[in-house]
Amino acid sequence: MRPFAYDRPTTIADAVASGAQPETAFLGGGTNLLDLMKGNISRPARLVDVTRLPGLSTIEWLQDGGVRIGALVRNSDLAHDPRFANRFPSVAEALLSGASAQLRNAATAAGNVLQRTRCQYFYDAASVCNKRDPGTGCGAIGGLTRLHAVLGWSEHCIATHPSDFCVPLVALDAVVEIEGRAGRRDVPLEALHRLPGNTPERETVLEPGDVITAIRLPAEAAAYAGNARYLKVRERTSYAFAVVSAGAALRLDQGTIVSARLALGGVALKPWRARAAEDLLAGALPGATVFRDAAALALAEARPCGDNGFKIELARRIIVRALTLAAAGTPDRVPALPASPFALAPTQEVSAHV
Amino acid sequence: MSFDIALTINGLHRVVAIDDPRITLLDLLRERLDLTGTKKGCDRGQCGACTVLVDDRRVNSCLALAVSLDGAVVTTIEGVAHGDTLHPVQAAFIENDGLQCGFCTPGQIMSAIGLIREGLAGDDPERIREGMSGNLCRCGAYAGITEAILEAQARMQLEHKGEAA
Amino acid sequence: MSDITMPNVAAIERSRHGSSIGQPVTRREGHLKVTGQAGYAADYNPPGLLHAVMAVSGISRGRVTHLDVAAAEAHPGVVKVMTPANAPKLAKSPDDKDHGFMFRMNVLQNDSVRFANQPIAVVIAETLEAATEGVALLRPRYAEEPARIGLDGSAAFALQAVGAGAPAKGGIGDIEAGLAEAATRFEATYETPAQYHNPLEPHATVAEWDGDKLVLHTPSQGLTMAQGRIAGLFGIDPANILIKSPFLGGGFGAKGLFSGPQVLGIMAARFVGRPVKLVLRREQMFGPVGHRGETRQTLRLGADSTGGLTALEHNTLTTTSFYDDFFEPAGTTSRHLYASPAIATSHEGVRADIGTPIFMRAPGEAPGSAALECAIDELAVKAGMDPLDFRLRNYAEIEPITGKPFSSKALRQCYAQGAARFGWASRPRAPRQMRDDDGLLVGWGVGTATFPAMIFPSEARAVLRVDGSARVEIGAQDMGQGAWTSLAQIAADGLGVDYDKLDLEIGSSALPTGGIAGGSAGTATAGSAIHHAAADVIKKLAALATSDERSPLFGAGNSGVVPRDGRLVRQDDESRGESYASILARAGLAEIDGKGSAGPNPSMQESYAMHSHGAVFAEVKVDPDFGQIRVTRLVGAFAAGRIINPRMVRSQYYGGMIWGVGFALHEHAAADPRSGRLMNANLAEYHVPVNADVPLIEAILVEEHDPHVNVLGLKGVGEIGITGTVGAIANAVWHATGVRARAFPITLDTLLERPGDI
Repeated sequence: MRPFAYDRPTTIADAVASGAQPETAFLGGGTNLLDLMKGNISRPARLVDVTRLPGLSTIEWLQDGGVRIGALVRNSDLAHDPRFANRFPSVAEALLSGASAQLRNAATAAGNVLQRTRCQYFYDAASVCNKRDPGTGCGAIGGLTRLHAVLGWSEHCIATHPSDFCVPLVALDAVVEIEGRAGRRDVPLEALHRLPGNTPERETVLEPGDVITAIRLPAEAAAYAGNARYLKVRERTSYAFAVVSAGAALRLDQGTIVSARLALGGVALKPWRARAAEDLLAGALPGATVFRDAAALALAEARPCGDNGFKIELARRIIVRALTLAAAGTPDRVPALPASPFALAPTQEVSAHV
Repeated sequence: MSFDIALTINGLHRVVAIDDPRITLLDLLRERLDLTGTKKGCDRGQCGACTVLVDDRRVNSCLALAVSLDGAVVTTIEGVAHGDTLHPVQAAFIENDGLQCGFCTPGQIMSAIGLIREGLAGDDPERIREGMSGNLCRCGAYAGITEAILEAQARMQLEHKGEAA
Repeated sequence: MSDITMPNVAAIERSRHGSSIGQPVTRREGHLKVTGQAGYAADYNPPGLLHAVMAVSGISRGRVTHLDVAAAEAHPGVVKVMTPANAPKLAKSPDDKDHGFMFRMNVLQNDSVRFANQPIAVVIAETLEAATEGVALLRPRYAEEPARIGLDGSAAFALQAVGAGAPAKGGIGDIEAGLAEAATRFEATYETPAQYHNPLEPHATVAEWDGDKLVLHTPSQGLTMAQGRIAGLFGIDPANILIKSPFLGGGFGAKGLFSGPQVLGIMAARFVGRPVKLVLRREQMFGPVGHRGETRQTLRLGADSTGGLTALEHNTLTTTSFYDDFFEPAGTTSRHLYASPAIATSHEGVRADIGTPIFMRAPGEAPGSAALECAIDELAVKAGMDPLDFRLRNYAEIEPITGKPFSSKALRQCYAQGAARFGWASRPRAPRQMRDDDGLLVGWGVGTATFPAMIFPSEARAVLRVDGSARVEIGAQDMGQGAWTSLAQIAADGLGVDYDKLDLEIGSSALPTGGIAGGSAGTATAGSAIHHAAADVIKKLAALATSDERSPLFGAGNSGVVPRDGRLVRQDDESRGESYASILARAGLAEIDGKGSAGPNPSMQESYAMHSHGAVFAEVKVDPDFGQIRVTRLVGAFAAGRIINPRMVRSQYYGGMIWGVGFALHEHAAADPRSGRLMNANLAEYHVPVNADVPLIEAILVEEHDPHVNVLGLKGVGEIGITGTVGAIANAVWHATGVRARAFPITLDTLLERPGDI
């Protein structure tokens, strides 16, 4: 790890000023940043420890029914906040399906949103990577691409965004509150992460010094509480990144879908909102056919970047299932295995039906 | 640059001079404070062997910078037993053979104590398994670990009731 | 001393009555481990300690042309950088091998790069932080040559020997004739990937030199071998080397042969003249300390109209490095598991620019039985038989190729007890017949487990004290299998003392050689030596007593007395005896000691085939749309001779079965096909099972008496668990989905191949 100057500002203004200096990184929970620093993927000369900034560690309920999640609220605290989990169950389920209990206890809301790709070539300092070292090329293309992007990728970068949290958030129109050198501004989460294009090194729309202070969910998002799920397919039962995931939420009125929210994880360099599919679902009766049509629409633009064509079909199936689960209703409690296809505990009895 | 930070480690209040901000809580414990019970299995938050409690919450000490923990209360495996009397979780690990090589064990036990403290898994083995999935055991002692936690938790609840009555 | 005697059945039966053997006592070192007081190598921090961190190669093949040593040495805290330009020259080439149980090593004796993650420099610093950053500052440059990677990366070649020296070819009968007469034939190719041991404890050394004397804290599964290897490389007397390894944080074969990084730790300490700690970073566990080699196995089988095998051919292609020889002996399983008039097994090798593979938990048997158990299952289905019936139909009553009887074989009972517990009888024959309440596909599969019963040479010393306590010393190693406990139980019964009055000392090279904690032979190896050492003590004590007129045992003769609870008693009348304390006190002795040794018994090996056996039953659930798999139930029934401690043994079976889960569904080192670099060299992406992957697991300890295998009648239990499990899971996945996955690990995309249906 490169030696770094350590700064622990006590006001947001100081944090913005300190963070705007070159080669600076903000330290929150540290679960992603320290990992990157230990791998020499990130070598900041200066760390600005924002963990003591006042007022960023609370979940604040807004008068209009929305919620303001302080940037420093720990993932586990948010997921286990009864009121939050009740209003935004798919967000809680997504949080609890990510990483491990230890990491969720440390990771912050803003840090989760800003976590960087798990692309193995990005993480391997001996490989070329346009994101790490612009212009050196994409090491992943032509290599091991099984888990790479099927949407929104470019010939410069085929990585995916690893966050579970972001998937239902983006579906539910979350907004990111930012303090920067030019003052405060709001950015829809959907617009925070950038697709790679020609500049994969520019991962978000944040400017130097920008501090995420909160993530807001609007009141309307809570209207989906009764029919909101997150579903995550992975290669180990727990403690694994998504191969593909989906957050689905429905507002139903007398059996008809009034409006739908749908986003995918593990398919692109940003949490992928499927608006066309949402539009298709609005006004429809829930059912396999319309769910399949929605899934087809959501993946219409998808194309493999290597050996990952299976993810396209997998994503379609996950969408259908997530919508089916959402239509069936949010469970009273997050399942024992959050977001898992294996939601129910195995029993001693021979449970098979012939 | 040196920082003096206040830490309460296993009930002992101490001021620790951090002469290098790169020092993680794990390396502070192991290499500077001679608290080597906490183990380094991956140093990247991927195995759970370094789990300790910081302010009563289980975290991976390999991904925590010591310098940012000023004022924290840290509990490690060395601070869990009362003298010769093992913590119920420790005793249950032995009884249920929830360990083999023992290297992941301090992290498993700290994680288990954290899990019980969180109070969310109840007596549902599946929730315990999920809640303990951040602690790899390469020897494969998972069945004993789950049993140990169920048993220790039940015993702790009984003791708690006893104290309340 | 020639203590390797023919096992005496009566002696075994007698010591079976001992108060310790067979008892499920808890781990003797458990208290130390649950309180964080068990000292692993890296926990040792002597005064003046420096920290060393290895720099490893970013390429798979070529040469290092530049290291920015100046930048690293300019970093505050860095003491020195050890590179091929300045590293101490070793007394002998690290590529010289005196025997097969040696790794060729890459220890800075030249600038060549033979695999990715090969050590290319060591940075030594006052702090771990400084050493770690020093490595980053080296910024190596290379002259890179194209990497040759995988089973098709270079030309295959014939082999003479595989594994630890087993013949590469072996068989009986005429395969082609057997296939020609078969009513049902089956042929398929299975692939198993490179897997890495990944004990939770990375290899670590704390090395302290005092002149030509070395004290080394490092985990080792074979202390005497390690001592000899170090002595040869550094040109010093083995007696000048003290290795301490009381606790290993797992080994699984990775700590069996002394490895390059451990040598580098010792070199670094000599280089700077101070104690040095070197601990591998997790990614460095993927290369220089061995792995399980990739295999491609092609099986051809035939069965007659009654399901009897007519031919079993098992050909293996496996990778090794370009600079050393270790070949995964995958085909050996087929030599002794099923009866067939024609069996042919062969192995070919292929070289790749990788670190040398080595023994990894159930070497050969794990990948070999994975393929064999799948192929047997596929043939059974093709022949229209229940897979368990098919296995019973082909039960080997004698070892098929050698014709030797088995020293014991309770496999039939394993099948029966396992099947009963699992509920196998209600299994529908066809696939895709079972669903659970959530609509998940359910499948059941079976696999046969097998592992040879081995023993290595070892020696032990036992001491009985006048106060009734005892001490046993042996340089055995505990890597979690329970040696601290089970060896103490054996010692206590051998000496006839209370388990709590027995001091056991293991894990140091200063003790009598304890052999190898490997090959599932650790307990047989060390336990037999202890048994003989204890017998030697008792014999001496008996000689004292029976020749002394003042003893109630006078005249009973050496063989006429037996140890019982701190006393010697007459065999013909146990009420007549004398306490050890009394015998020793009268002889004016504070203590009496004895020695014992053990090792392979050639005449027994010639007469009998010796293997542990078992049957594993697996239930999997598969999401019908996503192909995500979960092993929801595992039942294993194993017969391994005498059980010293059922608690420890059960844990060993569980561990092996969980390795089977990882083998079947998770473990896979993913090499970039161009560079050969392993892209998932970390524990987030090199998946091993987590707790949630193992919901329900059971191990049945099937009774088995073996009067031949060794003096204690015990066989190994550490590795067998993985062997049947992989096949059972793969067969269960087929039963759930109808898809035969023939490449491990079985990943969900394999099961997605039938869109909309899987």
